[in-house]
Amino acid sequence: MTGTKTAAVVEGRAIVQDYYVPGSMFAAGREVRALRGIDFSVEKGKTLAIVGESGSGKSTLARIIALIDAPTSGTLLIDGEPVDISSKRPSPVLRSKVQMVFQNPYGSLNPRQKVGNVLMEPLVINTDFPATERRDRAEAMLKKVGLQPEHFNRYPHMFSGGQRQRIAIARALMLNPQLLVLDEPVSALDLSVQAQVLNLLSDLQDEFGLTYVFVSHDLSVVRYIADDVMVISKGVAVEQGTREALFADPQHAYTQSLFAATPVTDVEAIRTRVARRKAARLATPV
Amino acid sequence: MALLNIRNLSVKFATATGSFTAVDGIDVHVDKGEVLAIVGESGSGKSVSMLAVMGLLPDTATITADEMTYDGQDISNLSAAERRRLIGREITMIFQEPVASLNPSFTVGFQIEEVLRLNLGLSNREARAKALDLFRAVGIPEPEDKINAYPHQMSGGQCQRVMIAIAIASNPRLLIADEPTTALDVTIQKQILDLLMQLQEDYGMALILITHDMGVVAETADRVVVQYKGRKMEEADVLSLFENPQHAYTRALLSALPEHATGDRLPTVSDFFAQEVTP
Repeated sequence: MTGTKTAAVVEGRAIVQDYYVPGSMFAAGREVRALRGIDFSVEKGKTLAIVGESGSGKSTLARIIALIDAPTSGTLLIDGEPVDISSKRPSPVLRSKVQMVFQNPYGSLNPRQKVGNVLMEPLVINTDFPATERRDRAEAMLKKVGLQPEHFNRYPHMFSGGQRQRIAIARALMLNPQLLVLDEPVSALDLSVQAQVLNLLSDLQDEFGLTYVFVSHDLSVVRYIADDVMVISKGVAVEQGTREALFADPQHAYTQSLFAATPVTDVEAIRTRVARRKAARLATPV
Repeated sequence: MALLNIRNLSVKFATATGSFTAVDGIDVHVDKGEVLAIVGESGSGKSVSMLAVMGLLPDTATITADEMTYDGQDISNLSAAERRRLIGREITMIFQEPVASLNPSFTVGFQIEEVLRLNLGLSNREARAKALDLFRAVGIPEPEDKINAYPHQMSGGQCQRVMIAIAIASNPRLLIADEPTTALDVTIQKQILDLLMQLQEDYGMALILITHDMGVVAETADRVVVQYKGRKMEEADVLSLFENPQHAYTRALLSALPEHATGDRLPTVSDFFAQEVTP
């Protein structure tokens, strides 16, 4: 997070994504528009949080930003350069710039692959480092994410959920990416483990100057980690703004309903609720 | 007064590498019409202790308890028939994954009517009428259409409403909800919690809510039990727990909530735990 003015690491202009739902013997196929023209940009070292409920299109957008899927229309710019992956795979250089961490650390690691090989595989595919260099880098990365070099030869099932998510983060960082797309990275984790992983993510962001696109449904996590927030509902970005502005004064009705539904752990709110229940119980004794 | 009373419950699992203690001397009691939240992270034994009460654990589990009574009646050594009379009628349960809890091969109507016929002895016609009433009570839109739907044709929130309808069909006096909203969106979570609380008040049933989410606890519970690694760390009414948590682990859980973050870093449980507890 240097003071110099930097261009957006990633920018999207009018991103649209259609999915074709195939028909059957009895029904015609149809198109579903998952994203209806999304604009965004994220500066270097910043975190954009994409908030929405299931079916809102937030993971679809994450997959487009992570260069997994090509959008139906619209332009994605990485480092100011338009990217088109619809006809050919992203080049190793481009692939190295953007990496992704998925929600479920139980599903995103191959159970038959040792942790060391998990970490070295991106290097095998995208670089021509010799084997010793790959191994050194993998061991160094294990330490960076709070694991030990002796974990190198273990299998994913020998780790807890939080440790697995650390491995997934380490794998994403092996190619020194500029941009990390994190799709609900902590929602499968326990509260205390979630805190550790969030701390790790913010340490790594400071150390490597990483830019994050952080997909989440949890507003309290977003409030902790984000610089800017985009609220997305049914494929439309209904509200976009800085974290401070959005949390202080949500404008759109959908954002307000999300806030209203988020449980509050405030002592005064609990006091009010307990008093209300007591009154209700006195009024209608069981 | 206590509806369910459990003293010194331990559950051990026989595993390939020896015996594993999942629950280690837990006391739980819940009064009539009370909402008890059992909070803990994965591995705290919060689900296992309730599954033990329901008799839903596999044969590898060894359950011991000094006392295990429901409404004054010992439930530790029930015969299968006696257990069936109690579980599913007096005590019912809903689970975390509503879509997985329903049988995908049958309509939701068939599944709720089956419960009504078997547990309440209703005829087919009575069961259909009662099922529609229950669907209305739990707020399923267009119940006449939805009753013929298969689980995959409904959303997760609607499936959970069906599960709740099945659970309250027999007017239970105790409903155990194991992470009922964990798989749901936050706006749907709010609706389901509001529904559970409203039904709890209307039916005057006791509710045991198993959760890992302090937010859910704050919005629902009367009393809270905090569990960690099979042991009870703290028990308090909800207000005292949030206002003045006694145990280090509770304090750690509360301060790990991102909305309570004060500086750059989130405190983690290990920060609190370093010396105070050796699990």
